[in-house]
Amino acid sequence: MATKISARNLSFFYGSHQALFDNCLDIEERRVTAVIGPSGCGKSTHLRIYNRIFELYRDQRASGELLIDGVNILDPQIDVLELRRKVGMIFQKPTPFPMSVFENIAYALKLHFKLPRKELQQRVEQALRAASLWDEVKDKLKNSGLALSGGQQQRLCIARAIAVEPEILLMDEPTSAIDPVATLKIEELMLDLKEKYTIVVVTHNMQQAARVSDNTAFFFKGHIIEDGPTARIFTNPKQKKTEEYITGRFG
Amino acid sequence: MITVRTDSIFYWLCLICAALAGLLMLGFFVQLSLSSAATWREFGLGFLFSRDWDPVANHFGALPSIVGTLCTTVIALLIAIPLAFAAALFLVDAPPLIAGVLSHAIDLLAAIPSVIYGMWGLFVLAPIMQAHVQPFMVDVLRLHQLPLLGRYVGEYYNGFGILTAGLILAIMVLPYICAILRDVIRMTPPMLREAAYGIGCTRWETAKDIVLRYGIRGVLGGIFIGLGRALGETMAVLFVIGNLMDMPEDIFSGATTIAATLANNFAEADGLQRSALFALGLVLLLMSFAIQVAAQYYLHATSARRGESRS
Repeated sequence: MATKISARNLSFFYGSHQALFDNCLDIEERRVTAVIGPSGCGKSTHLRIYNRIFELYRDQRASGELLIDGVNILDPQIDVLELRRKVGMIFQKPTPFPMSVFENIAYALKLHFKLPRKELQQRVEQALRAASLWDEVKDKLKNSGLALSGGQQQRLCIARAIAVEPEILLMDEPTSAIDPVATLKIEELMLDLKEKYTIVVVTHNMQQAARVSDNTAFFFKGHIIEDGPTARIFTNPKQKKTEEYITGRFG
Repeated sequence: MITVRTDSIFYWLCLICAALAGLLMLGFFVQLSLSSAATWREFGLGFLFSRDWDPVANHFGALPSIVGTLCTTVIALLIAIPLAFAAALFLVDAPPLIAGVLSHAIDLLAAIPSVIYGMWGLFVLAPIMQAHVQPFMVDVLRLHQLPLLGRYVGEYYNGFGILTAGLILAIMVLPYICAILRDVIRMTPPMLREAAYGIGCTRWETAKDIVLRYGIRGVLGGIFIGLGRALGETMAVLFVIGNLMDMPEDIFSGATTIAATLANNFAEADGLQRSALFALGLVLLLMSFAIQVAAQYYLHATSARRGESRS
């Protein structure tokens, strides 16, 4: 299996506070990789390096290398807008834009492609179908995206992310604000999507990690303690800390 | 000692104070209507559309003042809104020290008395307009030769007039609009902004398509506050508008506004002219009032629509 993303000695700083320490991690292409660990251990921080979203904040800084397809995306020469097309992100809460369901996706498409009207409509439909949302919203494409339920909003955001043909999807606790039934739908969706995309999902929910992921990385206090195939991590962890965490002794 | 009796006095006192605002508003309307009755009898609604203001012939029309008011206000907003938006965007993301100093500087613009703006306009801005800005617009940009819009730019200038007044007004309303836009931008959920950047938006795209749309109600509120202030501003405009009771031909023309007409003419007015000035006052009050009502109605309508779509 090919490696899609490779973190090499990745460290991260909030001002003078160091949050990540020499993270090394290989992420396989077209697999779901779960990132687990107790609150404040740096899971989200690690993920937020992958699309350089942390750069929006003045005092945040990463060092080391993050290779995507062998290219270090922390290189200032990298076109960050193109990077963010290739690396989509889903957040803890749904983030529909204040526009219609159709526009939410069409807007993202128009940022990156010049498309005739007809094709734009097709691509919007494709994206909504891929996010298994089309049947639920096809009659209300003109309604505000904010009018959908929480689970639908989150799938709308997934549709928006995949509309621009990314290669990687980052999901930062994508179901933490969503009810169990909607959560299940999103988990099923993730299993569908890994056919085409490399997915990295931060989750607090160990059952979720076990259900959806092929590989798991366990973070603790900014260090990657252990990573490997999910089945092995959960049944036969090598590190004592990992075992304590997955058996619920802390965190 | 507080007794039931004194407490009820306090209650009535509060009630009277609260009612006073409404009573004053009503009082303004009644007084302006009564004092302007002669004008309405003489000219009817034609007063609003007549171009002549001729005290010798005893004929009075409000159109030049109304047009002047609207033109200066529109120019002020056209200049102030983009400036305020750009400044607000910068200030929200700027390093704290710079943001602090510049925010206070912009806020302090609101504390400058309008007569100071007027003096500055008369002695500084108008000469600069005449020596540099207007020649640049006419001789270099040749704006007056533009199709359609060209005739509203004009070819002849002297530093005073609608454009200069609009500029002064723009500076005066800038702090109000900027303060509100700053709040609007700060109220956008960080995650929504990150989502926009995350999909590949630039700063500008995030600002205009996501932040602005998300906070559209606040933005409009800020604009209406600026609008209300620009409509009624008197002193600063008086210094630079040129005070001509004629219909303006273009944005370089000398003109007048309702507020400037009132301030200029009351001293020597009597009879029908005095009544016509009161009528102008009533028009200004109604215009401001209509804008407030329209703003409230619009905000109410958008919030109702959002509420509906959520259920």
